[in-house]
Amino acid sequence: MIRAVLVMNTQGKPRLAKFYECQSVEKQQELIRNVFSVLCSRAENVSNFVDAQSIFGQDARLVYKHYATLYFVFIFDSSENELAMLDLIQVFVETLDKCFRNVCELDVVYNYSKMHTILDEIIFGGQVLETSSTEVIKAIEEISKLEAASNSINLVPKSVSAWRAR
Amino acid sequence: MGSQGGFGQSKEFLDLVKSIGEARSKAEEDRIVLHEIETLKRRIIEPDIPKRKMKEFIIRLVYVEMLGHDASFGYIHAVKMTHDDNLLLKRTGYLAVTLFLNEDHDLIILIVNTIQKDLKSDNYLVVCAALNAVCKLINEETIPAVLPQVIELLGHSKEAVRKKAIMALHRFYQKSPSSVSHLISNFRKRLCDNDPGVMGATLCPLFDLITIDANSYKDLVISFVSILKQVAERRLPKSYDYHQMPAPFIQIKLLKILALLGSGDKQASESMYTVIGDIIRKGDSSSNIGNAILYECICCASSIHPNSKLIEASADVIAKFLKSDSHNLKYMGIDALGRLIKLSSQIAEQHQLAVIDCLEDPDDTLKRKTFELLYKMTKSSNVEVIVDRMIEYMINISDDHYKTYIASRCVELAEQFAPSNQWFIQTMNKVFEHAGDLVNIKVAHNLIRLIAEGFGEDDDAADSQLRSSAVESYLRIIGEPKLPSVFLQVICWVLGEYGTADGKHTASYITGKLCDIAESYSDDETVKAYATSALMKVYAFEIAAGRKVDMLPEFSLTVEINKISFNGHCAFVYALEEHINPCQSLIEELLASHSTDLQQRAYELQALVGLDRQAVESIIPRDASCEDIEVDKNLSFLNGYVQQSLERGAQPYIPEDVRAGMEDMSNFRGQDKHESSQHGLRFEAYELPKAPTPSKVTPVSHASPTDLVPVPETLYSRETHHISSVASASEAGSSGLKLRLDGVQRKWGRPTYSSPTTSNTSDSSSQKPVNGVTQVNGASAVNSKTRDSYGSKKPPVEISPEKQKLAGLLFGGSSQPEKRPSASHKVSKANTNAADRSQESNTAIVSNEVAGEKTNHQPPPDLLDLGEPTVTTAPPSVDPFKQLEGLLDPSLSSTTDYSAGASATTKAPDFMALYGETTTTGISASGGYSIPVSGEVNLLSELSNAAVSSSPGETIVTSSSHPVKGPNAKDSLEKDSLVRQLGVNPSTQNPNLFRDLLGRE
Repeated sequence: MIRAVLVMNTQGKPRLAKFYECQSVEKQQELIRNVFSVLCSRAENVSNFVDAQSIFGQDARLVYKHYATLYFVFIFDSSENELAMLDLIQVFVETLDKCFRNVCELDVVYNYSKMHTILDEIIFGGQVLETSSTEVIKAIEEISKLEAASNSINLVPKSVSAWRAR
Repeated sequence: MGSQGGFGQSKEFLDLVKSIGEARSKAEEDRIVLHEIETLKRRIIEPDIPKRKMKEFIIRLVYVEMLGHDASFGYIHAVKMTHDDNLLLKRTGYLAVTLFLNEDHDLIILIVNTIQKDLKSDNYLVVCAALNAVCKLINEETIPAVLPQVIELLGHSKEAVRKKAIMALHRFYQKSPSSVSHLISNFRKRLCDNDPGVMGATLCPLFDLITIDANSYKDLVISFVSILKQVAERRLPKSYDYHQMPAPFIQIKLLKILALLGSGDKQASESMYTVIGDIIRKGDSSSNIGNAILYECICCASSIHPNSKLIEASADVIAKFLKSDSHNLKYMGIDALGRLIKLSSQIAEQHQLAVIDCLEDPDDTLKRKTFELLYKMTKSSNVEVIVDRMIEYMINISDDHYKTYIASRCVELAEQFAPSNQWFIQTMNKVFEHAGDLVNIKVAHNLIRLIAEGFGEDDDAADSQLRSSAVESYLRIIGEPKLPSVFLQVICWVLGEYGTADGKHTASYITGKLCDIAESYSDDETVKAYATSALMKVYAFEIAAGRKVDMLPEFSLTVEINKISFNGHCAFVYALEEHINPCQSLIEELLASHSTDLQQRAYELQALVGLDRQAVESIIPRDASCEDIEVDKNLSFLNGYVQQSLERGAQPYIPEDVRAGMEDMSNFRGQDKHESSQHGLRFEAYELPKAPTPSKVTPVSHASPTDLVPVPETLYSRETHHISSVASASEAGSSGLKLRLDGVQRKWGRPTYSSPTTSNTSDSSSQKPVNGVTQVNGASAVNSKTRDSYGSKKPPVEISPEKQKLAGLLFGGSSQPEKRPSASHKVSKANTNAADRSQESNTAIVSNEVAGEKTNHQPPPDLLDLGEPTVTTAPPSVDPFKQLEGLLDPSLSSTTDYSAGASATTKAPDFMALYGETTTTGISASGGYSIPVSGEVNLLSELSNAAVSSSPGETIVTSSSHPVKGPNAKDSLEKDSLVRQLGVNPSTQNPNLFRDLLGRE
């Protein structure tokens, strides 16, 4: 199963942290710090896999991908395939990109709750739930629509509506 | 747009994010966050907060907690929000509680009710949100409360709900298998769901179940195979395609399941061969996800009953992986090789060069994986090279966890395959020297045991050669600064036991070295204890050999007295040597040590030196560390002694259980003191040792019944005999002389060598030996166990010529299958390298051409490599535009059709523009933006300036970039202006925030 999903920027600031196993707040911070220290010691053009057993315990693997100013990190165990996880990160980012149109760190920062909604559509309770970004977008749109309907506040982010107009 | 903005957050929140983003230090960030917490604390309890505002507060709380600060004061508000009827608020509430609370939190009880209600809701989004919370928050106790609803939802009309219900059930199963064990059949049922998404989700729990018990699911093999077949044949809806692969994640899961089911089951495996073969054959190795499937196929093929065709196909795929430039693929290739090597060891042979390349790769992850592979393929013929490499690597890593791991691997391989004793000892020395205290203490004990026992052959000459080479190497190493404690213990023990054995080194040389150790590592009591005991042994051997011992001047007095008391027995004369001996100061220091253990050892040493030859020989016999000891459990050798004491009016011994029932304990107290001392642990661990002055002359003040003074000579020798056997027992226990400490350690439950205590510790004339003996009795079971383990010698080192040849090939040319020094390895390796390379280069060229062709026909769909230099450095022979069109826009990538030329042309400008934009950010560091932007600066002009200034280098791109920088830059500008509208001024760091994540540059 997937143990955690982390998004942090190149300075080590967490942008999104989701742990699928219960961890205390302090422990989470420690893990984030440790992950970051590993990531920033990695040279460029090396593999995207890191042995994370020293951070997350037995059998933990870590796959990360560096996008512009952000690291996307998935931590998981041996029941997942590393390359597939790498693509799952890509699915996640592509989905974000469609939602926010040319996603950048700023979108990630300001749409904190939406990030979680998207992630929840892709990974559910530590298992990969959906891998088609089109399907995810569909679900997200529907959620936004229904939320908007139940709420006078217009919260459909313009980027989604704009994307649909494309 | 309005002031609310597309981000749906207020200015306050944006300001918070911005100020945190610009905080220069952790302290500053903390200050900002703490201030925010104060604000939230104050405002969140205000009455009549608009709901929308409340929602934002909750989001801000989540944000604060993500930054590592305590937001627990707001948990209750998040819980309240889950009760709200408004969908948006409810979802926000659920999001917050799943992030805030863990399954054992007190507030969960307040949510369970809401969850129950929401699971029944008509709105499927509410149900989904509730299911989401169920996964995270429901614990073993609350499962029954929601279980019926979740089961019901398995038949919900919306597939999204069914999917999540399955996941929730799976989660229940993970948390408490017993509570849902009767519902497991539901997973099987859902496997036949109409919706592929639901079916795919079902594979997760089934995978877990099959991992635990494959046999109960053998009947599903056919179903899984047919599903996999259908998926691979693209029978699923197009929407499940990912990068042109049909439902790759489902395929991977299925392959994993098949690997489990087919493992060790020929019949099941046979039904899988066709489909796996098909998938490998059709496999698309140009995309990342295609490779993921191929890799999974290899895993599956290596796990199920072997099939030569599949293995062959897998080997081909591995070859492709290893030849790839991508580190990821190399990594997968090495991993796959490690799996396949079990089935056919020739495969590694084909890829020796690739493996060696990976070993030398700067990428740490790849290196480690390669070591893993080497570990698997280690044989007696290549162990030297492999272990050398491992140690070399180990020296340079700072990660303790991994260092420990690789050190233990080295030790394991060395123990298993060591070609010679000498090499083994040298290797162990290196491991100890560099990994030091990270090495398990047991390894040290094993090493000691090995040196003591030799390699098991009855070849004394070889054994003693081994020992002297160990001694030599240790004497060399001793000079190194900062040796780890464990290693020093080994050194001390070996020097003490064998330092003077071959006569090359004089006792005073060895003792000098031992004293040096004790002095330079004076904080380490264990080392000091080992050193002291080693000193004692060296002296004992000296005395036993009839040589004189030059020790402390004080001893001369004892010696004189001894001479008098022993009269005829005294066979030699101790000289009163006055020269300064390092031992003198050491022993003096130890005599006054705070550690009772050290004190005791020092006193014992002092006493031992004062004994005569016969006694010393009995106490510490030479080279007896491996002797088995026979323990006289009844202490019959003391019978005569006890008898004597009784005759003299001593109280008879009353066993403890009987004694406990007695009313008047005080009667027995005096006796207890001596008699109960047989239960030595309590007694010894805490009591300071008395200075055991030689009893023959110093009458012991109290008439202890166990006092040895009146023992007649015959009894004395009998006793010492037993003591000596104890001593040898302790040494056999290979923690050697650390006996007393071990006794203490065992009290704390450490399962280390629980060797008998005291034994060697005592002067034969003190009352301790009695203790020692009784304790040995107690520990005899342990002893016999230790002895048992001696029986299990290392497996005989076998060298099959064919394997030797392989190793020769792998690490240095087939011409010389014998072992060579590693230097020549390298030379020959280089030779073969060159040879093989030239041979390979042909194929490489061919494959290059193939690759080239491929790229021409079809842009590489591997979008993961978007930002990598391969794009910009693409050879001009490839049509740049065609290349770009595939790479520019990720939105394109997910649309399954790549041939959309029209859309590509429209996208191209898009990309160009972004190129300009990103360069801006690159430049901003050096100038431009570093001047604080004062609000109304025209960002667009800056952007274009930057783009122009950056253009000259990139001929292809810039030619078109300038005129068409459009939509994307506009996007970020829009975002920028949006932020401005909200009153947040982007300053220094913000340009980075606008950088496009997908790096369209």
